[in-house]
Amino acid sequence: MIKFGFNISETRAINLEDCDLENVKKLHREVSSFKLCVSCGACSATCSARQFTDFNIRKIHASFRRGQYAGLQEELKACMLCGKCTLVCPRGVNLRSMIINMRKILLESNKK
Amino acid sequence: MSIYFSPFVIPFLIGVIVLIIICCIKYIRWYNQFDRVQKTVILKNIISWRFLSAIWETIMEALLHRKVFKRSFLLGYMHSSIALGWFLLIIVGAIESEIAIQTDKPFWIGIFYRYFVHDSHAFKHAQFFAHFMDLLLLYVLSGVILAYIKSIYSRIVGMKKTTKHVIFDTFAKFALWLIFPLRLLSESFTAALYNNGGFLTQTLGNMINYTVADVLEIPAWTLYSFALGTFFISMPFSRYMHIFTEVIFIFLKKLGVGENEQISGYTMFELSACSRCGICIDNCPLHKDLQLPGVQSIYFLRDLRYKRPREEIAENCLMCNRCVAECPVGLDLMTIRRQMRYKKDLDTHANYNYIENLQPFNSIGRIIYFAGCMSHLTPGIIDAMTTIFEKVDQKYWFMDKDRTICCGRPLLQQGFSIQAAELRRKNTQLIKQSGATMLITSCPICYQSFKKEYNLPIQVMHHTEYIHMLIKSGKLKLRKDDLKVVYHDPCELGRGCGIYRQPREILKTVTHLLKTKNEKEKSLCCGYNLGNTVINLEQQTKIRNAAMSSLRAKNPDLIVTACPMCKKAFKRASDFTVKDVAEIVKENIISE
Ligand code: SF4
Ligand code: SF4
Ligand code: SF4
Ligand code: SF4
Repeated sequence: MIKFGFNISETRAINLEDCDLENVKKLHREVSSFKLCVSCGACSATCSARQFTDFNIRKIHASFRRGQYAGLQEELKACMLCGKCTLVCPRGVNLRSMIINMRKILLESNKK
Repeated sequence: MSIYFSPFVIPFLIGVIVLIIICCIKYIRWYNQFDRVQKTVILKNIISWRFLSAIWETIMEALLHRKVFKRSFLLGYMHSSIALGWFLLIIVGAIESEIAIQTDKPFWIGIFYRYFVHDSHAFKHAQFFAHFMDLLLLYVLSGVILAYIKSIYSRIVGMKKTTKHVIFDTFAKFALWLIFPLRLLSESFTAALYNNGGFLTQTLGNMINYTVADVLEIPAWTLYSFALGTFFISMPFSRYMHIFTEVIFIFLKKLGVGENEQISGYTMFELSACSRCGICIDNCPLHKDLQLPGVQSIYFLRDLRYKRPREEIAENCLMCNRCVAECPVGLDLMTIRRQMRYKKDLDTHANYNYIENLQPFNSIGRIIYFAGCMSHLTPGIIDAMTTIFEKVDQKYWFMDKDRTICCGRPLLQQGFSIQAAELRRKNTQLIKQSGATMLITSCPICYQSFKKEYNLPIQVMHHTEYIHMLIKSGKLKLRKDDLKVVYHDPCELGRGCGIYRQPREILKTVTHLLKTKNEKEKSLCCGYNLGNTVINLEQQTKIRNAAMSSLRAKNPDLIVTACPMCKKAFKRASDFTVKDVAEIVKENIISE
């Protein structure tokens, strides 16, 4: 099989009623450009960290947006904040700010 | 009681005592917050030429305000007339009273000399001193008058925007503005009564009715003393704390003390050494192009000094270094920003296990080429550099060809110092183990990082320095095209590392370089600097467009820069050709 550098995720069902979207709202307030994302994946394709591992920034923020926060804090620590993703994003999402703020928000909500 | 005492001296005395006590408490407290290294540096260097150069700098900056003069003559005149003029008034006043009175005398005698000594022939050159003191007073007054005008119409001294001040500043400022007119008035009254004035005070005194002078003399001297006392008491809480602190700061800096990664006593000295002159406001891109209030260095330092720092202010700065280049005090503004951005709990051991497997390439006899993350988004630069290496038969190891470890500077700028150190450790290990003798990078961010944040045993060069060296040594033969180009100084390369000459000389060799309005230290940020995570794309675009229109003012054929980030920023405007220095060099290589 040809490797495009992307995987196709397993189909999953998410019960939106069980999701706590409080963190998502916070992120929207902090990084308003977050909502412009169209999940094109350009950020992941260029990501420096992704050249080494299966760290996938697009997937991380997609999960975040759906309220699935488990494990994200640890995963996000793989990012080097190099800024390539922000520069290639066709929608002008401020990914570096988003990454820092996701980590902040997750840290706070874990403390509670 | 001394004959040189009168009750009106009391406000002045209280002011001086309070001022000395508060300053001592503050300075001792800050000094105690210094760490071991900082304290040893002071002790080690105190007896050396550095001490002399600190004295020189104090005279040039704290008194003469040379750097402010460079910015604008009138602004420099305003600052220096008040500082130098007042300083001389004190010194010459002390000398005058020293000669005139041989007996015991209190220290305030110089300040109120004319009230206490009426004999205008007390000693041989007494007349000369009276005139000279008047001249000095006139000098200070001219500065004060300029300050009045500036507060109403700031453009006269070359500033578009003056500072918004806190309440203590306003209090102290009015006291300061009153001191010298009141001194003039008091001395004139005394001159009217005793004919002991100089050319200025005596002329005024002659116009004053004797009885009026008799009634108003003491009240005037009292007000003068009150103005002095008020100023001294509000000084430690206002921006005028810089008067003494700037001098101490100059000495500390010259003796080799510097900022730490964390806030230290030195930071406190820096905060108080800022005179809130407002010079850093006008050219800050966040003010000039976006009119964002309250984020410029002056406000950032002020909020920090009054212990109400706001996170969003610390984060909102491009780290373009423009204010650092302009600040007449020479404060380490970017380090203080970084200290305030420190991410505490967030900056833990990162998840960088993935870089551990990377192995160095045996590069003995080779150089390392480190393109940098951003250069991978501008393949033209990489292509040009590899072509140049091949052309001059330079063997190289392309360290980040397929997989890039970031240099760590972007993390550091955002306050993740532990994480940044992890990346630096790995890169250092790879570089050292490779055995290479030199490292060339295409990215000014990496360049600054390798130069200043790493401690590499090998030479580090930006590709413009390298190409310049090749041309000088005759290894690279180039032709000259007939384009007209302008050069954009990237913040990190220019103001950050002081590389201005090499790119220009290269461009003069291969093409025709036009001058632009904002060159070298005055270069405009492209807006995409990684230092800022707060502003959005639209705002970045505004800053970029301002820089671009300045560059295009003379209708060049293309814009040349030396940073992949700047190139990308300008490219996005898409209606104009932008090239890197390396690319234009590659195009002009003469192939035999
Ligand atoms: S590049 Fe931008 S739009 Fe595309 S997935 Fe990433 S954040 Fe979303
Ligand atoms: S900033 Fe982080 S997520 Fe973005 S490209 Fe760099 S490593 Fe990847
Ligand atoms: S930071 Fe420097 S330029 Fe800005 S107000 Fe303070 S002293 Fe003036
Ligand atoms: S570094 Fe640049 S953006 Fe930041 S305060 Fe100074 S001038 Fe403004």
